[in-house]
Amino acid sequence: MKEYLKNTWQALYTVIVGMKITLKHLFTPAVTIQYPDVKTPLPERVRNRLYVNIDDCIGCDQCSRACPVSCITIETVKALPGEDLGTTSNGKKKALWVTKFDIDFAKCCYCQLCVFPCPTECIYMTDVYEFSEYDRRNLVYHFSNLTEEEAAGKKANFEKFQAEKEAQKAATAKQKEDKNPS
Amino acid sequence: MYQALYNLTSNTIISTLIVALVPLTLILLYALFAIWLERKVSAHMQDRLGPMRTGWHGWLQTIADMIKMIQKEDTIAADADKKLFNIAPVLVFAGSFAAFAAIPFSSAIIGSEIEVGLFYIIAISSLVVAGILMAGWSSNNKYSLLGAMRSAAQIVSYEIPTALVVLTMVMYTGTLSLDKISQQQTAYFWNWNLFGGPEFGLAKFILIPFMLVAFIIMFISTLAEVNRTPFDIPEAESELVAGYFTEYSGMKWGMFMLSEYANMFAVSSIVSILFLGGYQSPFGYLGNTLGIEWLVPIEQLFWFVSKTLFFVFVQMWLRWTLPRLRVDQLMTVCWKYLIPYAVANLIIVGIVTLL
Repeated sequence: MKEYLKNTWQALYTVIVGMKITLKHLFTPAVTIQYPDVKTPLPERVRNRLYVNIDDCIGCDQCSRACPVSCITIETVKALPGEDLGTTSNGKKKALWVTKFDIDFAKCCYCQLCVFPCPTECIYMTDVYEFSEYDRRNLVYHFSNLTEEEAAGKKANFEKFQAEKEAQKAATAKQKEDKNPS
Repeated sequence: MYQALYNLTSNTIISTLIVALVPLTLILLYALFAIWLERKVSAHMQDRLGPMRTGWHGWLQTIADMIKMIQKEDTIAADADKKLFNIAPVLVFAGSFAAFAAIPFSSAIIGSEIEVGLFYIIAISSLVVAGILMAGWSSNNKYSLLGAMRSAAQIVSYEIPTALVVLTMVMYTGTLSLDKISQQQTAYFWNWNLFGGPEFGLAKFILIPFMLVAFIIMFISTLAEVNRTPFDIPEAESELVAGYFTEYSGMKWGMFMLSEYANMFAVSSIVSILFLGGYQSPFGYLGNTLGIEWLVPIEQLFWFVSKTLFFVFVQMWLRWTLPRLRVDQLMTVCWKYLIPYAVANLIIVGIVTLL
C-alpha cells in the first residue's frame, strides 16, 4: 500500500518536474539560425571557393602542378618580342599570355595547396561557399580574361611568329649551306 | 438558429445541413490554428523556431500543407478491403464531429440542448474506436492492424476511469446536461467544481482534494482516449510507422488528422465544463456590469474557448515532455492506478454529497 501511494506520488511529481523543464525551454530563445537570411560569421582562415586575380598571374603553372586532384588547367602562349604585357603588382614582368585558366570546382578539394606556391599571390581562397549548380559543367570557372577569339589570335600570332622564325632559320641555314658548300 | 433557418426555408434537411456546417467550419478553423500551434509549441520547447517562412511566423503553413494534401494521390492498397477502407476515416471524423453537437460554447450557442449531453458525448466518442478498428483491419497491413488493436484496447480501458469520473461529477451535480452543469458553476471561480462546487459550506472544503483527484484522473484518461502522447501507442511512429492510418494518403489521412485535433478540443471542453465551469467567466461579466445584454454570450464564448485551448495547450505541452508508455505500462496505469483511485473517489464524493 505504501509502495502504491509512493508510485502514484512519484509519477505525478516527476511529470510536473518534466513539465517545468519544458516550460522553461518554451521561453528560452531558439538557437535556430534563419540560414539564408542570417549567416554565421566564418572563421578567419576558412577555405572556400578559389579566386584568381588574372591581372597578376604570370602563367607559371605552379598551382596546377601543386593541385592533388588536377582541377586547375592552364594554357599559356609566349608573348611576341614586341609585346609588353606589363608587370604584376609585386613587380614581376609578365612574359606569357594566359589563354586558359580553368578551375573545376566539382573536382576541387579545397586543400589550399595551390595557394602557397604562387609567386605573385594571385590565387587565393575567398569566403564564398554558396555556389551550387544544377549542371556540373557550370562548376568549371574560367578565370582567363582573354576571350576565345583573342586566345586563338594570340596562338595564331605566336605560331606565325614561330613559323617565320623557323623559315628565317631555315633560310639562314640554307644561305650558310650555299655560301660554303662542302 | 435551427428554428430561424427552419422558418426561412421550411425544409428540415436544408436547415439541418446549414446548421451542421457551422461546427464543421469552426473545427476546420480551429484545426488550422491548433496544428500551427502544435508545431510552434513543439519547436519552441526544443529551442527551435518551427515553420517561419510562410506568413508571419509561418501561420500559413497549415494552409499550405492542406493544399498539398488535397493535391495528393488517393492511394488504396491493392489488398485492402476497399469499402471499409473508404468508410473508416469518415466514421472516425463523424464520431468526433458529432460530439460537438452537445457542447455548450456559450449560453446562446449550443447545437442541441439535450438533457443527456454527457452520456451522449461518451457514447458517440466510442464510435471513433469502431472507425479506427475498421481502418486498421481493412488496410491489410501488420502495422495498421497492430495499431488498431492497441488503440481499441487502450480506448476501451480508458473509458472506464473516464466514465467513473463522469459518474462522480454527475452524482455531485445531479444532472447529465452539460449546459446545466455549466450554469451551476456561475459567478466566480471559487464556484467551479474543481474548487468544491457552488454550495458554500463544510462539504465544499472537504471536497476540494477529491475534486482535484477527479480532475487529474479525468485529464489523464481523456488524454489517453484521444491517443495523444504519452499514450500514443496506437500510432507510435517509431514502432508502427503511423499505426492504424499507415496506408492512408491525401485527404483521408487529413481526416484522421482533423479528427485527432477535433477530439482534442472536444475532450478539453468536457474537462473544462465538468471542472472549470465551462463557459462561465471566473470574474463576472463585463456585459452585466455595463448593462449590455448581448455582450454576455460573446464573453462566455471567449472564456469557453480560452479554457479549452488552455487544455489543448497542456496536451501539447505534455506531448513534448513525456516519452511514450509501453503497452504494459499503459495498462498498468489504467487498471492498477486510475480505476482504483476513481472508484475510491466516487465512493468518498458520494458519501460527502449524501451527508
